[in-house]
Amino acid sequence: MLKHVHFNKILLPLFLVFPQIMVTLIFFMWPAGQALYQSFLIEDAFGLSSEFVWFENFQLLFDDQIYLQTFWRTAVFSTLVAGLAMSIALVLAGFAERVIKGRGAYRTLLIWPYAVAPVLAGALWVFMFNPTLGIFPFLLEKIDIDWNHYLNGGQAMGLVVAAAAWKQIAYNFLFYLAAMQSIPKSVIEASAIDGAGPMRRFWTITFPLVSPTTFFLLVINIVYAFFDTFGIIHAVTQGGPANATTILVYKVYNDGFVGLDLGGSAAQSVVLMFIVIIMTVVQFRYVEKKVEY
Amino acid sequence: MANIKLNNLTKSYGQTEVLHQINGEIEHGEFIVIVGPSGCGKSTLLRMVAGLETVTAGQVSIGDKIINDLEPADRDIAMVFQNYALYPHMTVEQNMAYGLKIRKLPKTEIRRRVNEAADILEIGDYLKRKPRQLSGGQRQRVAMGRAIVRDPQVFLFDEPLSNLDAKLRVQMRLEIRKLQRRLGVTSIYVTHDQVEAMTLGDRLMVLNDGVVEQFGTPIEVYEKPASVFVAGFIGSPSMNFISAIAKNGTLELGNGVILASNIIASGPIILGIRPEHLVPKRGGMLKMDVDLPEQLGASTLIHGCISGLDTPFTASLNGIQTAVSGDLLEFDVPTHQIHIFSAETGNRIS
Amino acid sequence: MVEHRPMLTLITHIVLISGVIMIALPIWITFVAASHDEVRMTQAPIPMMPGSHFWQNFKRTLFGSGLSGNEITPVWWMLLNSLVMALSIATGKIAISLLSAFAIVYFKFPFRMGFFWMIFLTLMLPVEVRILPTFEVVANLGLLNSYWGLSIPLIASATATFMFRQVFLTISDEMLESARIDGAGPMRFFWDILLPLSRTNIAALFVILFIYGWNQYLWPLLITTDSDMTTIVVSIKQMLEAAEQSPQWNIIMMTAMLAMVPPILVVIAMQKLFVQGLTETDK
Repeated sequence: MLKHVHFNKILLPLFLVFPQIMVTLIFFMWPAGQALYQSFLIEDAFGLSSEFVWFENFQLLFDDQIYLQTFWRTAVFSTLVAGLAMSIALVLAGFAERVIKGRGAYRTLLIWPYAVAPVLAGALWVFMFNPTLGIFPFLLEKIDIDWNHYLNGGQAMGLVVAAAAWKQIAYNFLFYLAAMQSIPKSVIEASAIDGAGPMRRFWTITFPLVSPTTFFLLVINIVYAFFDTFGIIHAVTQGGPANATTILVYKVYNDGFVGLDLGGSAAQSVVLMFIVIIMTVVQFRYVEKKVEY
Repeated sequence: MANIKLNNLTKSYGQTEVLHQINGEIEHGEFIVIVGPSGCGKSTLLRMVAGLETVTAGQVSIGDKIINDLEPADRDIAMVFQNYALYPHMTVEQNMAYGLKIRKLPKTEIRRRVNEAADILEIGDYLKRKPRQLSGGQRQRVAMGRAIVRDPQVFLFDEPLSNLDAKLRVQMRLEIRKLQRRLGVTSIYVTHDQVEAMTLGDRLMVLNDGVVEQFGTPIEVYEKPASVFVAGFIGSPSMNFISAIAKNGTLELGNGVILASNIIASGPIILGIRPEHLVPKRGGMLKMDVDLPEQLGASTLIHGCISGLDTPFTASLNGIQTAVSGDLLEFDVPTHQIHIFSAETGNRIS
Repeated sequence: MVEHRPMLTLITHIVLISGVIMIALPIWITFVAASHDEVRMTQAPIPMMPGSHFWQNFKRTLFGSGLSGNEITPVWWMLLNSLVMALSIATGKIAISLLSAFAIVYFKFPFRMGFFWMIFLTLMLPVEVRILPTFEVVANLGLLNSYWGLSIPLIASATATFMFRQVFLTISDEMLESARIDGAGPMRFFWDILLPLSRTNIAALFVILFIYGWNQYLWPLLITTDSDMTTIVVSIKQMLEAAEQSPQWNIIMMTAMLAMVPPILVVIAMQKLFVQGLTETDK
């Protein structure tokens, strides 16, 4: 942790960490503390007085059917996004690994979405699926499917899942490709000599050996689905129709900024904080203990 | 019959040809060692037999069947890699059973083979462990176990002992030899270590720069090296080389010394004499200025150069001998121990 | 390896090319949409091949006549906002993370571990989790609608610090010892030795952070109400809303292109560095 060889000054390091600690305290710790505090308050309608109500906000929250549905919805959403983004990336990386000439070109062409902001990804997809003008509704009409995500909740969910997964495939692809390339070539050759064909080699050797990456990406993808997808939801469906695409992070924003329910929104923030803490702890635990093959 | 034929094998990477028309025939059950310095192409040659590299020209056959186009899986071979290449996520038992499961052998047969191999290699205790829990030597044996259970036509070894410490290397060397003798499987073994080559091989294929310099038994290679390269590569300490001119049945060295010889050729030649073949004798023909002795206990290596010439020279004497820098030593050179090579081609003349 | 599976090779390329198409399709459609006139863009279905109005739309969008009926800021101004924000965030994060990592790894001082854990905690507090209170703090500090407000709250994050910490830990002790013998003080050491050794990491991290900063959405959305502080990424949403009434998709898509192209260019130009940094940072 600390370098064996080090300096013994005191003032200097304090100066050095000062900027980061200051920003952390002012913009992270203090607001987090505020959120915690506010989650124990209920404000009256005019914002003039507030009452300390302990866990009442949380109780209300968990009694609220809508909130519980949002919870469930978020879980479904993130599972779909993570599952889709990871499996497509795995397949693409697996095939890309086989290509020798042109692997670099494929990689370049596949990583663009990483640079695209989630909100833009949402904008692009909503454009493609615009009920009147979009190319896909046009094609779907030909096979008798009526597309209108402004009306159909399931379609809205499908659209945001697609946009979110589309963006994340690039990231997963890069990690999977790097992991596959770090498997010693001789292990693959040994399995070929043992009689394994390309498919079997992939499933019995390559896939198990990239499992640390799979786990890592799982956590990353779920965190992404929980938080970074705000822009997509906001751009595409604004949580609708009828809350069909309201996920937890969107609800925090909606209730807090639009609905001005500060206590409830704060309580939701606190719940989200707990979820992140658990996921981060799990990730760090695993990464620190990373299995060395 | 698992005899192997290499017929005009050539390998190029792009425009660069790295193996030039390799020819050789390996009998069923023979243990062949391909030996040569780094970069000579020996691993490439082995990998071509394995199917891990494609053949640019020529044919490889096992049992009289040309296998150029067969995938590694279909060649009925097994290979032991330099870094063992064990499957890290599987136990020792699973590592050994992998190939057999693919070939759909019944479970009882798989278990039998695995246990048998584990007994031979004494790794029965580790069957349930994973490779990362094993030492280098143990991993090596698992790699060999994986090869044995397959009961293949041919064993291929790619410098399997290079990653082991010296003592373990000597021990494993013997074990590999005994194992091969016991199983009688045709084997090709690649190494850069000429001691390993000499002790393991029924025959040695000495490779240099993609060309076979000599293909013969260890004794042949030692006693009648086909070229300057083989002469200098095989044998430790290495052979002394002196430039000379052959004329009228004698060999004239640069410093005026004339040695008798039954040679017919004439012209510039390279004379070779092994350090261990020098016979110390008062008044001997070959005189040497001592620079430095090396005491090995069982023998003494005296380093210096030929009197009157700049040619470095080494003599190997039995037991512990004293010699000091500046001393003059005199040797006789038995005629039948003199190797003569053409100065032009490096090939053996006598 | 000797392999005779032409079928598999064919499938490999088919799958990869399909992947590329799937990835590129939305971007292609956007590009196409940006190159037509608005009349064409109101007819279903939208075109799949580019039109001839690309440069026209480009100029129109960039220099501000934009969506008619809106007196919005010209797009080039928004691009500037985005640029300032992205650069401030990237350089800010790198600068303070370097200093903190240096302090934590190379100095023994009171509360050292306390600070370390505090920084670690920030990993667990993404902005979306603390938006309201952070907004309040920024408002109270009077930093709404300013470049400072846009960047500073996003600057103190742990990933960069952790990465530099990792890099520093792998630099051998002998470096410091010989620097000391040569008479270098800590800041000298930092400037002359540590920084140059971390150059590739800094560059890779810069790419990642620049993209992160450029693509920020929720935060700028909340704290910039002045239309002349809007970043281009945020403006897309506003345009989408406007699209309900008077859809001028060609302009909207051109704006989207302008918002996407800089980060994409950065990623492609620095691809090797970026991939290396990505796979090493997040571990």
